[in-house]
Amino acid sequence: MTEPFTILRGKAVPLLRDNIDTDTISPGSAVPREGRGTTFSEHGSTSLADDLFGNWRYGPAGEPLPDFPLNQPRYQGASILLTGANFGCGSSRESAVWMLAAWGIRCVVAPSFAEIFAANCYANGLLPLPCSADTVSRLAAEAEGAAPGFVVDLARCELSISSGTTIAFPISAYRRRGLLAGLDDIELSLESRHEIASFVARERESRPWIYPYETSIRD
Amino acid sequence: MTGTLFDKIWDRHVVNDLGDGFSLLFVDRHMINDMAGRGLLTLNKRDLPLNHPELTFAAADHTVATLVPPEFRPGRDDNPYAVNLRENAERHGFRLFDVDDPDFGIIHVVAAEQGLALPGTTIACGDSHTCTLGAVGAIAWGLGQSDIVHILATQTSIQHKPATMRIWIDGALPAHATAKDLILTLIGRLGVAGCTGHAVEFAGPVIEAASMEERFTICNMAVELGARFGVIAPDDTTCAYLSGRPEAPAGSAWDLAVADWRSLVTDDGAIFAAEYRMDASDVRPQVTWGINPAQTVAIEDAVPGAGTGMDESALATYRAALAYSGLDAGTRMDGVPVDIVFIGSCNNARLGDLRDAAAVLRGRKVATGVTAWVSPGSERVRREAEAEGLDRLFIEAGFGWGRSGCSMCAGAGNQMREIGTPGQRIVSTTNRNFVGRQGPGTRTHLVSPPMAAAAALAGRIVDVRTWS
Ligand code: SF4
Repeated sequence: MTEPFTILRGKAVPLLRDNIDTDTISPGSAVPREGRGTTFSEHGSTSLADDLFGNWRYGPAGEPLPDFPLNQPRYQGASILLTGANFGCGSSRESAVWMLAAWGIRCVVAPSFAEIFAANCYANGLLPLPCSADTVSRLAAEAEGAAPGFVVDLARCELSISSGTTIAFPISAYRRRGLLAGLDDIELSLESRHEIASFVARERESRPWIYPYETSIRD
Repeated sequence: MTGTLFDKIWDRHVVNDLGDGFSLLFVDRHMINDMAGRGLLTLNKRDLPLNHPELTFAAADHTVATLVPPEFRPGRDDNPYAVNLRENAERHGFRLFDVDDPDFGIIHVVAAEQGLALPGTTIACGDSHTCTLGAVGAIAWGLGQSDIVHILATQTSIQHKPATMRIWIDGALPAHATAKDLILTLIGRLGVAGCTGHAVEFAGPVIEAASMEERFTICNMAVELGARFGVIAPDDTTCAYLSGRPEAPAGSAWDLAVADWRSLVTDDGAIFAAEYRMDASDVRPQVTWGINPAQTVAIEDAVPGAGTGMDESALATYRAALAYSGLDAGTRMDGVPVDIVFIGSCNNARLGDLRDAAAVLRGRKVATGVTAWVSPGSERVRREAEAEGLDRLFIEAGFGWGRSGCSMCAGAGNQMREIGTPGQRIVSTTNRNFVGRQGPGTRTHLVSPPMAAAAALAGRIVDVRTWS
């Protein structure tokens, strides 16, 4: 069960690079920093928010790099990430989403997303919001300048900022419904247990070689 | 009805149409690895039973210690990730290829060589390189922890049906160009998001002529094209590969199965949403220079300059890649010095890969100052290689010969200890050159197994064609 996503109001932090992979978002062997060793983040380290973008965010001695946007005071507390195309490519590690969420991000705005990453976002109640590269650049320029307030209204499928810009964004009706309600997919699918069981029975008849194992179906 | 191979397999597995392009798909084989700990924990916390333990298979491939002599018996108790998987296997009754099992290995390699991955099946695993198994003519895809829990609890997965794309490869690969060079060339041309949103069918004369091992190498990197699925139609090569595998059908079941597999082809006249053709005849040995697999060049070429028309984000990525790799535009790749050479991973550590690398090494020595290692794709591959004496060739050349696992591929081997140190340059037969993937601050150059062997001998990135 995820927290329903309806209206998000907050600040945005820009990180304009294309093809940011999930190894970068959630480093496997993070830069060792004071008081901690390396951990493989997929198992959920105790410092999800601190490890986010670990290899970009810290210097060789583990010191925060002041130029990196997430280290800058003005972007602290941001809940929207503005970034480049194909965000979240690479490894399926869901810790990339957990880390973004732990840092406070609830919506990622990018020209495009890697598919597994986007699915992981929805599963955790985060919105991957697609819009053109030009628009992301424009939003980033505004975020860097006046630091306006951003509003993401999922009911209206609109992103607006206090300087007056409003952008409509596309989202599949299925995903939107899930985010708005904070649905639990597993509970819903378990309601289909009889359909699943009859599917298995049917397939065992028609393609028995796929299911040579003694079944141990449990409902 | 004419259809594509992908659509035929997909449609067979739809339990429920959820609307808006989403389906509840039945999962014939659920493979789990030692990164699935969170998913299993969630299942147990919610007190949900595992719906189909007999269709669930596991191996602790990511964190196992591999850079150890093969006679080393991995401790069954000293790796909490493996222990966790074992406890769950006992609790839920799924099949575990444990770290000391003779059939242990990287799960995608094990699934293929055990005959678990069959044509026409759906295979899911919490690992993006599950697409490897599409090479047998299956729908195989990677997913995150939440989706793992969903499959554990229901043996189904909610998936959006992707558009289909065909990549047709004409001609023939020249000598010294491998399947790895082919897929890297393709990624270089199409980009790391070139096939996003699509299921890719690889087809054409080069694919038809390819061995199963080469097909695995190609499908393995479909995800590096942005595609979650890569698929190749099953044919005689596939059947010959599967015949006699421990979990493959046998006897009358085999005949029934093969009759069905013959129908798993894209029909003439089927429409793909996108098509791409390339000729393999001019593929040259590749080496990546940057921080994603599309940043690749032929070995005789140099690091490219910034492309015209790069927007702000693309330019920032290009500059970050140069800065991270410590190379300048115009630097020739042939001659870049090397610290570590790693031959391993689900991409390039099958028997043929090890043979190709060993052939380059015969009678030669690894350059001073280079650390070189092999981690076979599975323990079965290791035994087969040893039966041929390949281990001797590697060891005599100065390579370490280790056990199987993901090892240095993703910096998780031996519980995150099998990594390079900051600044080291690693020539690697793996599939990802992301920042810090093989250890914080390490730089990865992706190559084929023969190119890796040549780099180890030369102590620098070198053109294998001048070494053999
Ligand atoms: S070998 Fe590398 S790419 Fe393959 S499953 Fe293991 S970590 Fe992933």
